[in-house]
Amino acid sequence: MSEAVTPTPTPSIGDRLRQLPQAGGALARTADVDTRLIGLVAALAIIWIGFNIATGGSFLTARNLWNLSVQSASIAIMATGMVLVIVSRNIDLSVGSMLGFIGYTMAMAQTAWFPDGLGLGLGHPAIWILTVILGLVLGLAVGLLQGFVIAYGFIPSFIVTLGGLLVWRGLIFQYAQGQTIAPLDTTFRLLGGGPQGSLGEWGSWAVGIIATVVVVTGLFLLRRRRAKYGFQIRPIWATVVLGVIAAVVILGAVWVVNAYPWPENLANQYAQQNGIEVPPGGLVIPTGIAFPVLITIGVAIVMTHLAERRRFGRNVYAIGGNPQAAELSGINTKRSVMLVFGVMGLLAGVSAIVQTARLNAAVTGLGVTNELDVISAAVIGGTSFLGGIGTIPGAVLGAVVMQSLRSGMVQMRVDSPTQDIVVGIVLVAAVGFDAWLRRRST
Amino acid sequence: MTAVPDSAERPAPPLSPEGYLVEMRDISVSFGGVHAVNEVSINLRPGEVLGLVGGNGAGKSTLMKVLSGAQIPDSGDILIGGQVATIHNPRDARSYGIECIYQTLALADNLDASANVFLGRELVQRTGVLDDAAMEDATRRLMKRLNPRFQNFRSAVESLSGGQRQSVAIARAIQFNATILIMDEPTAALGPAETAQVRDLIRQLKTEGLGIFLISHDIHDVFDLADRISVMYHGRIVDTLDKDKVTTDEVLGMIILGKKPGEVTREELDAFRIAG
Repeated sequence: MSEAVTPTPTPSIGDRLRQLPQAGGALARTADVDTRLIGLVAALAIIWIGFNIATGGSFLTARNLWNLSVQSASIAIMATGMVLVIVSRNIDLSVGSMLGFIGYTMAMAQTAWFPDGLGLGLGHPAIWILTVILGLVLGLAVGLLQGFVIAYGFIPSFIVTLGGLLVWRGLIFQYAQGQTIAPLDTTFRLLGGGPQGSLGEWGSWAVGIIATVVVVTGLFLLRRRRAKYGFQIRPIWATVVLGVIAAVVILGAVWVVNAYPWPENLANQYAQQNGIEVPPGGLVIPTGIAFPVLITIGVAIVMTHLAERRRFGRNVYAIGGNPQAAELSGINTKRSVMLVFGVMGLLAGVSAIVQTARLNAAVTGLGVTNELDVISAAVIGGTSFLGGIGTIPGAVLGAVVMQSLRSGMVQMRVDSPTQDIVVGIVLVAAVGFDAWLRRRST
Repeated sequence: MTAVPDSAERPAPPLSPEGYLVEMRDISVSFGGVHAVNEVSINLRPGEVLGLVGGNGAGKSTLMKVLSGAQIPDSGDILIGGQVATIHNPRDARSYGIECIYQTLALADNLDASANVFLGRELVQRTGVLDDAAMEDATRRLMKRLNPRFQNFRSAVESLSGGQRQSVAIARAIQFNATILIMDEPTAALGPAETAQVRDLIRQLKTEGLGIFLISHDIHDVFDLADRISVMYHGRIVDTLDKDKVTTDEVLGMIILGKKPGEVTREELDAFRIAG
């Protein structure tokens, strides 16, 4: 390893530059970290800094980054499920329509069925919980249904979910008759974010500190476990550096979202209601981590665990790598595929909660073309359409990359058709670049 | 090479009264009117290598797929230790101690060696979380014998050489104390050194009491390793003979003409010699 990093006796600047990627690769190998993920982070850094320069410094502000985090949430949540779908050599084109269908059903439930049908009355504290449970159960059921037809009906997932795209959207129009349902339950709305739908200063710090402790402990536990078996382990400096990076990133993110205060009129309103005297500079209430972002982080952790640390995930990756081998090794491939679609449906339910709560409404166009954003996020995040390859953190970063491009262009007043053109080109270029890197490495 | 780990603790497999580990009786498989396997009967003793030879499409692989649960026969019985076994899928076959090393190796190319060795039988901790460290440890111990130079425990198996991939496939088959091993063309993709290594391994597994079905195109492999040789021709068994009582020419004649040595006419033999 060290030979690759040590430069030859008298290298020119050009030689040094050319060696940089190799040296970086060797360094990443020594530290045992995912080079693909580093590349994605680097791409994101370039996009952020680029937009910050182009917009004259308005991109890298606490306000914009907070908004970016909330706007990325819904797509990121579904992208974690799409990774497993694509890894298993399938596709789900129905996620946008499923989201719309689930969101609409939840809106009807919380504004009519639960308050009137169950006689709870509007604003009852149980309504939001019942609605959330309904959304998750419905999502799981719809996903499992599609998965069942795909796995046991031997119909390609492209066809089944293309049918699903039409069916679920059609159902919305059939029972909504083009109507928008608004407003939604006041507690439910908080799940969509906003100043009140956030953790606040101390809650955010608590989450950040707990996360840091968990990550750092995890790094050292893994080290100890591998050392116990006498396996090769990361050099200690690499573990320490990774731990420090994790702490800086997590706590830095908390610091950023805490640096975004509530809007002035809302803060004044809050002060008035609670009898707080507004100080001369205005009352500053840090917003903190928005609930949709918290949900996204939770989903990403659970999905990563499922994908990498559980039999289910291992089997899904095996199916993607070699379906015949998976079948011959006794894996119940049909059941695995059905469950993958069940998980995807469940996550469409989670995103439906976030999106309707954020909009404070259900509209007939809810989730339209979301499937394209979700697939793009997974693919930009390194998921291969050949199957067997893809990571959950990659997909979440992919969603952030997409949203960063969109919101950066909005700030530069780029019109919507041009945004589509840019995102389309980036999508194809990202996959092309990835394929090129992969060819070179083998 | 030393003994397979845990081989001392391997329980003696049940045998039929005649001493057979496995008996396949009157197995037939047809694909759309073509008899791929036609009323074939075959048996295997512990510690025996049975060479299964024949031309392309003779039915060797289909017959073995029936035993490994990858192909359900139209008719016929499989007896394991004298008892009728119901084998409908690879999982059933494994529960009877039957392991198969496919010619294609059936590896998930995107996963590493230990994930492949434990594919479908992953070790988990009490919490249900995969015990990757324990799986890697077991794989390392197994590989130390099978292929001591093997070091790439954390790379996807697609980046490994043919011999290394073959050792991963073999490791998977013997990790779970199989009693019956099916090897489909185990040396076809290997270089001379790796072939020699696989041959050593087969001899060793044999001494440990495993019964091995060896499918091979390589007549030298078969004569080197097998105790008995079964020749298949157009879905039927031409004959099963002790290796010591047959010559390579006779076996080749059976493969090509589909007749027992005594049944071959002078003219056929001459034509065969001229063609050969």
